[in-house]
Amino acid sequence: MAEVVLKNVTKRFGADVALENVSMTVPDGSFVVLLGPTGAGKTTTLRMISGLDRPDAGDVLIGGQSMAGLTPAQRNVAMVFQQYSLYPHLTVRENLEFPLKSPLLKTPAEEIARKIREVAEVLQISHKLDNKATALSGGEMQRVSIGRALVRTPTIYLMDEPLSSLDAKLRADLRIELKRIQSKSGATLLYVTHDQIEAMTMATHVGVLDRGKLVQFGSPREIYENPVSIYAASRLGQPRINIVPASLFGGAPAKADKIGLRPEQIVQGEGEDSLVTRVEHLGDQTRLHLNYKSHELITVTDAHTQLNEGDTVKIRPEKPFYFDAQGDRVA
Amino acid sequence: MSFSVTEPSPRQKWIAGILVVGYALITMLPLLWIVATGFKSSADSIAYPPKILFEPTVEGYVNVFTTQTRLSNEMAQEPRENLPWYEQLVREKGNTIVGQSRYTERFFNSVIIGFGSTFFAIVLGTAAAYAFSRFKVPLKDDLLFFILSTRMMPPIAVAIPIFLMFRNLGLNDTHAGMILLYTAINLSLAVWLINGFIDEIPIEYEEAALIDGYTRFQAFYKVVLPQAATGIASTAIFCLIFAWNEYALAVLLTSGTAQTAPPFIPTIIGVGGQDWPAVAAGATIFLVPVMVFTILLRKHLLRGITFGAVRK
Repeated sequence: MAEVVLKNVTKRFGADVALENVSMTVPDGSFVVLLGPTGAGKTTTLRMISGLDRPDAGDVLIGGQSMAGLTPAQRNVAMVFQQYSLYPHLTVRENLEFPLKSPLLKTPAEEIARKIREVAEVLQISHKLDNKATALSGGEMQRVSIGRALVRTPTIYLMDEPLSSLDAKLRADLRIELKRIQSKSGATLLYVTHDQIEAMTMATHVGVLDRGKLVQFGSPREIYENPVSIYAASRLGQPRINIVPASLFGGAPAKADKIGLRPEQIVQGEGEDSLVTRVEHLGDQTRLHLNYKSHELITVTDAHTQLNEGDTVKIRPEKPFYFDAQGDRVA
Repeated sequence: MSFSVTEPSPRQKWIAGILVVGYALITMLPLLWIVATGFKSSADSIAYPPKILFEPTVEGYVNVFTTQTRLSNEMAQEPRENLPWYEQLVREKGNTIVGQSRYTERFFNSVIIGFGSTFFAIVLGTAAAYAFSRFKVPLKDDLLFFILSTRMMPPIAVAIPIFLMFRNLGLNDTHAGMILLYTAINLSLAVWLINGFIDEIPIEYEEAALIDGYTRFQAFYKVVLPQAATGIASTAIFCLIFAWNEYALAVLLTSGTAQTAPPFIPTIIGVGGQDWPAVAAGATIFLVPVMVFTILLRKHLLRGITFGAVRK
């Protein structure tokens, strides 16, 4: 395992800038999650590190060594592809063996058998080992593709939305399992996802990408509690942060244009009246849709609330975030 | 009653079946004619109206493999019981076997040249197709078009320049020369077909193999080749059929050592008159290797032809 550093990495595809001057340190043994919508540059970042694509400018260092000119094999990285990319002419077992049998690793047969048994167990695919890779369901393919990475001990694991096509139960299981494997083995892991629960529960660090730029890098708590911009603030938190004009509430700093309110930053029972437009009982929590001076707000309230549609409730902001007209945080 | 717009009705299936069987019969007819003629006697082979039912004989097959001469009077008197069956057969017609014919030699020339040129066309074609499919080749589209353009005229159109070149290079009537020529002609087809098949294989598989610790060449060998096998096999069939059947250039460029079977078969002349059963027997045997090859790869051929045609 090793520390991975991106230094001023820029990558263009034709006229499109996929990554612009991205610098980032993935500390040894950390679990870094990259967040951002499609096209933000998450996958490109993984490809830069893996060596499948070369940066136009900048450098990638693994364990302090520049990777310029090194092939993916020489970098000794493992990658889980979003499209699974299982070898269709091989069985599940042969797919899992494939990296271990490479000229790079040349693993002895007993060790291959042992590792495959372990990984298949964890991923719950033991009963499918002798199936053709093409005869699996989407979720099974995805697990095999994770397994193909886990059988190795690379410098870094790169995972591109590895849990996206699993059902909710399996996803929750594997989330815990991946985190357990990572903290037990001290592996370095760079993980791309859309799913903020994955980011919050697994990450030691989160990197927020916006159109090829790294806008914030820090612990999930840090990004949740201290976002640098509206964009970063919107990446985490369920329900999403409310963004309304700063003038709606008093006490905004001079440069502030927008105010950001997470549910816990809205105190209920004090301040000014708002109208309850909808009550969503989700079981463990209840979401309140409020209309405050003709702006929509969503917050969370007591699971057993007596509030109904049409009621009024007093609200006031508590230590909110203020952003300027560009969306950057001012206070 | 269920109704489907994609599933043909039983009546449509019947009509389609009749059409296919009818077409197959028509295309098979010349083949049946040749096979039947191979088992006819000389007299039956030229009988008019043609005989559908006849007494089969292997005379034609014996004749095609042997050279014969007329029996002398003394030999005609000899007892025949101890002679091998084929000699007995020949003696009944008043002939005797004096040696092997050149048919076997010509047949093996065809095997060497046909399979040899197919092998090289496939190896070179796969390498070129992979490069076109995966690398940034400058002027890629123009190059591909140029390669295809070599097939836009019949190969015989350039026969005279090729003849002159071959004469100067000492390639006339050599195996190497014919393998080179057929490889060159087949290469454009091989590049185009295999390029289509490799384009269909997502590049992600190779990327996965690169990550898994393999070099590009190993990834090609372990991941791309097995998946392209179907397309390569069907391309090989097309190449072999061309090289195996090629007649015009073979007539022009070979006459002895490297002569292939197609120019040789029509020159089989019996003792007294054209020996049609022998010609037919030679042609029948000549059909066998390409038929066996096609049947062995049939499953790939069918999948291959349709597989390459679908574009996303």
